[in-house]
This record gives sequence, C-alpha cells and structure tokens, in this order.
Amino acid sequence: MSEVILEPGRVDRNYWLDLWRYRELFQVLAWRDVAIRYKQTAIGVAWAVIRPVLTVLIFTIVFGRIAKLPSHGVPYPLLVFAGMLPWTFFATALSDAANSLVSNANLIGKVYFPRLIVPVATVVAAFVDFFISLAVMAVVMAWYRFAPDWRVVFLPLFALVAVLASLGPGLWITAVNVRYRDFRYVIPFLVQFGLYVSPVGFSSSVIPAQWRLIYALNPMVGVIDGFRWCLLGAAIDWRELAISLTVVAISLWIGLAQFRKLEKTFADVL
Amino acid sequence: MPFEAPMSDVAISVEGLGKSYLIGHRAGRETESFREMLVRSMRGAARGALDVVRGRQIVTGDTIEEFWALRDVSFEVRRGEVLGVIGRNGAGKSTLLKVLSRITEPTEGRAVIRGRIASLLEVGAGFHPELTGRENIQLNGAILGMTRAEIAARFDEIVDFAEVEQFLDTPVKRYSSGMYVRLAFAVAAHLEPEILIVDEVLAVGDLAFQRKCLGKMQDVAQHGRTVILVSHNLPSVVDLSDRAILLEGGRVAMAGPSHDVASHFLGSLRSELAAGDISAYRHPYRDEGWVDIQAVSVGGDPLGGAVVQPGEAVQVDVELAVHRAVEDGIVVVNVLDERLEIVATFMSSDDGHYVSVEPGTHRVHCELGPLPLAPGTYLISVGAAPTGGRLAWDAVKALPGFRMGGEQSAAWLRWPERPGVVFQDRSTWR
Repeated sequence: MSEVILEPGRVDRNYWLDLWRYRELFQVLAWRDVAIRYKQTAIGVAWAVIRPVLTVLIFTIVFGRIAKLPSHGVPYPLLVFAGMLPWTFFATALSDAANSLVSNANLIGKVYFPRLIVPVATVVAAFVDFFISLAVMAVVMAWYRFAPDWRVVFLPLFALVAVLASLGPGLWITAVNVRYRDFRYVIPFLVQFGLYVSPVGFSSSVIPAQWRLIYALNPMVGVIDGFRWCLLGAAIDWRELAISLTVVAISLWIGLAQFRKLEKTFADVL
Repeated sequence: MPFEAPMSDVAISVEGLGKSYLIGHRAGRETESFREMLVRSMRGAARGALDVVRGRQIVTGDTIEEFWALRDVSFEVRRGEVLGVIGRNGAGKSTLLKVLSRITEPTEGRAVIRGRIASLLEVGAGFHPELTGRENIQLNGAILGMTRAEIAARFDEIVDFAEVEQFLDTPVKRYSSGMYVRLAFAVAAHLEPEILIVDEVLAVGDLAFQRKCLGKMQDVAQHGRTVILVSHNLPSVVDLSDRAILLEGGRVAMAGPSHDVASHFLGSLRSELAAGDISAYRHPYRDEGWVDIQAVSVGGDPLGGAVVQPGEAVQVDVELAVHRAVEDGIVVVNVLDERLEIVATFMSSDDGHYVSVEPGTHRVHCELGPLPLAPGTYLISVGAAPTGGRLAWDAVKALPGFRMGGEQSAAWLRWPERPGVVFQDRSTWR
C-alpha cells in the first residue's frame, strides 16, 4: 500500500521520483496547452506560418539586400530561416514558460503535483509551432532546390539544446514572476534584444574573429550555428559550440535550483 | 484518544502538525511589483543580509510577525471513517486541507497517509472554457489524479451522472452554470481513491443535484473509503461524518462524535450572536474599509427567534457602519433553506432604493414578501455592495433567520436570472 509522509523538507528528498510519478499529468497538461493554443486564435495554424515567413522576408531585405551581409553561397532567405527556426522556438518557449505558473495559479492553489511540469509542458506546446515552421522551411528549401545532406540527422539534437536553453531562464523567471508580477515585462525586452544580438538575420561569421568566443557566451549562437550546420552545411566552430553548451548547462542548473528553492512558496503566494 | 487502533487500521495519522507564515506588514499585498521591491529592498537589504547570516527566511516588510495558521494539530482517522472538520473562517480548516493534500508543506510535525489519496478542494479545478466537455473530463480527471485508463473506464458513467450527453463536444464556455457545475462534480464524484479529502464542494449546484452528490458521498463512505470533509453546512457534516474535530485559532478545540462537536460549535456561535456579534459569519473575501454590516435582526427579534406566519412579510433590519462616503450602494438579502440552498434573493435596487450616505451608522429596513415558503427554518445572508461592483463591501452568510409557521402549499417556480428556487419580486424598502 502506498504511504505518504508529510513533514518539513520531505518534498525535496523525493523530488525526481515524484516527477516521474506524475508523467501522465504532464502529458495531459502539454496536450491541453497545444489544444488551447490552436483553439483560441482564429487563424490558428496560419499564424505559425505567417509570422516566420514575414520576419524572414524583412530580415532578408534589411540584412541581405540593404546591408549586403555575406551568406557564403547559401540563398539569404534560407540563412535567415535556419536561424529563425530555433530562435522563434526559443522565444515562444521562454515567454510561455515564464508566464505558466501565474496563468495556472488556480490549479497550484488547489491541487498538488510537481510544479515543474507546468513550465515544461508549455515548452512542449511550443514545439508544435516549431514543427509547422520546420515544414514551411522544407517547402522554402525545395523552392530553392536546396537539399540538406547527412548532417540533417543531428537536427533533433540541436532542437533539444534549444529546449534546454529556453528552460533555464524560463524556470528562473517563472519562479520569480510568482513573487514579483511585473518581472514578466523583462521577457519581451529579452526576446527583442536577443533577436538582434543572436545571429538570426546574419551569419555569425560576420563577427570579428577575436570576438567570436565571447559572442558564443550567448547560448543561441551555438544553437543557430548548429541549425545552419545541419540544414545548410554551413561551417561551425566546435569551440564556440562547446562554450554555448556550457552556458546552457549552467543556466539550466541555476534555473532549476531557483525554481526548486521558490517552488515551496508558490501555493502560499499565488 | 481512548484506545490506540492497530497501525493497519489507521488511514491518516497527524502528529503535532503546524504551519506558520511569516507576515511582513506593509501595504498589505502579497504580490508587489518589481519596482516596489527594488525601492524597498534598499531599506531591507541590511536586515535581509542579517537574516541570511542567521539562516532565517527572508521576509520583506516594516514589521515581521510569525503567524501560526495551524499549531499542534494531532488526530487519527481510521480506515473507512468519515471525519468532519468544522470551525469558523480563518480557524485553519483550509490550511489543514492544503497541508494534507500536499499543496503546501507543514512547518513542523508530521502526517502519515496510508493509501491512495485524492483531494477535492475545488470542483472543476483546471477546467478550461475553450475545451469541450469531453476534453475537460479528461483534463480534470488527470489533474485529480486519475490515470487515463481509469478515466476511460468511467467516462460513460461520468457523462450519465452529469446529464450532459448532448453537449459533450461543446466548449464548456457555452454551458449554463448548472451544467458546468454538474460536469465538474461528476468527475470528482467518480474518483475512487482510498482516502478522499473534500472541501466545501457540497454547496454547489441545484438542490436535486446536491442531493444526488450527497447520496454519492454516502455511497463512498459506505464502501469503506476514508473521508475528511470540511464544510460550513453543519447538517451535512453531521449527516455524513462519524467523528468531527473543531478547529479554533489553528488548534483542535474539540474532537468527538460529529453530532456533539457540531452542537457545541453551534452553541458557541449562537451565544456570540445573542451578544450581537455577527463577525463569525462574515465572508472573508470583501472590499474592506467602506461599509461593515454591524447588526442584522429579523422581525425585531434576536436572530433565529422570529416566527413568520403565512401571508406575513418578513421584516429585516440591517445596521451598516459606513466608513467612507458611498454612493449607489445596494443591499442584498438572501433567504436560504436549511440545506443552505438560496430560496430567494432580494435587492434594494428592486425597489429603487440605493444607499448614498456620509460616514456614520446607517439603518436599512426591508419587508420581504409575503414569501410562499413551506413551514420550516430559514437562514438569511446579507450583503452590501456598490452598483456594478464585483466585490461586496461586506457580506454575512447564513445567519439564523426565522421560522416559517403554519401550513401552506409552496408555490415552486423557477426563474433563470435570479438565484433561488422560489420566485419573489415583491418587496418594500425604505
């Protein structure tokens, strides 16, 4: 027979086991987030197509035509699209995760489950948009008669890195957001800012060589370069990737630690 | 405890359970803005650093107080037993349920729960208006802890119980409130844990459905399930539970057979009421600082003492303490039957009467009816609220009201826009 003991500090000890026990609820919440995402918007799926296509168009004109930045033989729209894919996913996952606890406040005050599954489930929902954009990317690549080579099999790996990169700051912000509600205003700023400091509209090769390793401290540099490597066969600097991965790991660790520290007070504050 | 039950017979044992909150007194909000925090953190930094050094929890605020919502609570619930938890608002009932349902961790003590537990602090937790009835059953079931297989196995039964077959694929935002509540409760009623924790949820839905739910609950208890039940509805606590504990100020003030505990509790409420104190009935969620309901009387008698004859109007006097000048206030009186079902709602605005007064004491008198009510005991709730406002200034709920005398046939009519089972719009206010 199952026995539950409630006493101070107990939650910490069974943390990961508890998370595993609630995997079915995790699936249901992820499914709910997906269902709501496509029910609430009138144009639904179309939105997930229009948004990246328009952004790619504008970035191609601004960076490719006006600024005339190099694209190393790859059609400029493809260069932008390959960067836009992980970036849009990162931005959506980050903002959804960061707001997830506050928008599920009624659940958290009334039902027990490991709180971690709420922000993680929203990240899964963001994946649906990602797949739609990926399909659009495939169409655009076919249009340019541009076929990826064997490296494309590593794409899921880099997608996973994008997930982890968004979870780190996402967990931290959602935990802090419970306590300080206006903290969420940081996110649109972060996303806006990040779009221009990450190599979305241009190839990271335009960054002067001596700054490249410092530039890679932005974890999305590694992810975007990885996407271009997989899809377009662009060059990748493995030292940069290692730095980006390390930053992702550290921020994930900090995010989780902060989340776990603040999680016990969620029900009391929300 | 007169004797120690064997371990295997004890479903829940609670020893010295306590939950404290550190409260920082300031503007009085739990969620402050980041900007406010920055400003204040300058001031609090020195003290905060000190707390970190001492290894204490950091609380921001000008003065800090440790508040024990629950302290030294010990009790046992045997397998198959139904335990009622009663007490006034703020006595710690909700905190106890939250600790037992693992929503919040205890600060001290421990509780051991043996068996699969499910708690029901809210019906329809997680219901999403955009999702259909079918989808919400799956979502809500999972949230309450059912596995997908269990939900599938009981799906038809749930739909039957809720009586919503035709609307299964309609988003619940198009449901009437009655349908919504029925669906929510149907899912909850089909949980089959060994231990069930229930809060206040019996006070939902229309009378017929409420009876059905009570029946289902009794079913549950008879099948050897352990239940902890919190309710303001004392008759239903007595009906359903074998033993009860009374919480007062976070501690167990009395434990014993539910009938004894309930009558002790009622007795203490009545004696306070006789002394004119209605604060125990005050609703906790209100827009404080405008108007307080100070006293209520029916027919000039102490509360609960008035006898109203058929064909006679019910005379209610309400004394308001007005703290700030208010305009266009409305006074609302609900008449409730013994099961706490609202029988009729009266509003001063029905008679074109609004409360627009300067600070001070203000009296409102109203005549309700004559009411077509069956003989029996009735309760009243009184509220004062701004026109169009969502939150009442003050509300006192389920005060002992009056006895309806004589014998008469009740005219049961339904009216969709006005809560209650009796339609009545004749009232005179001044």
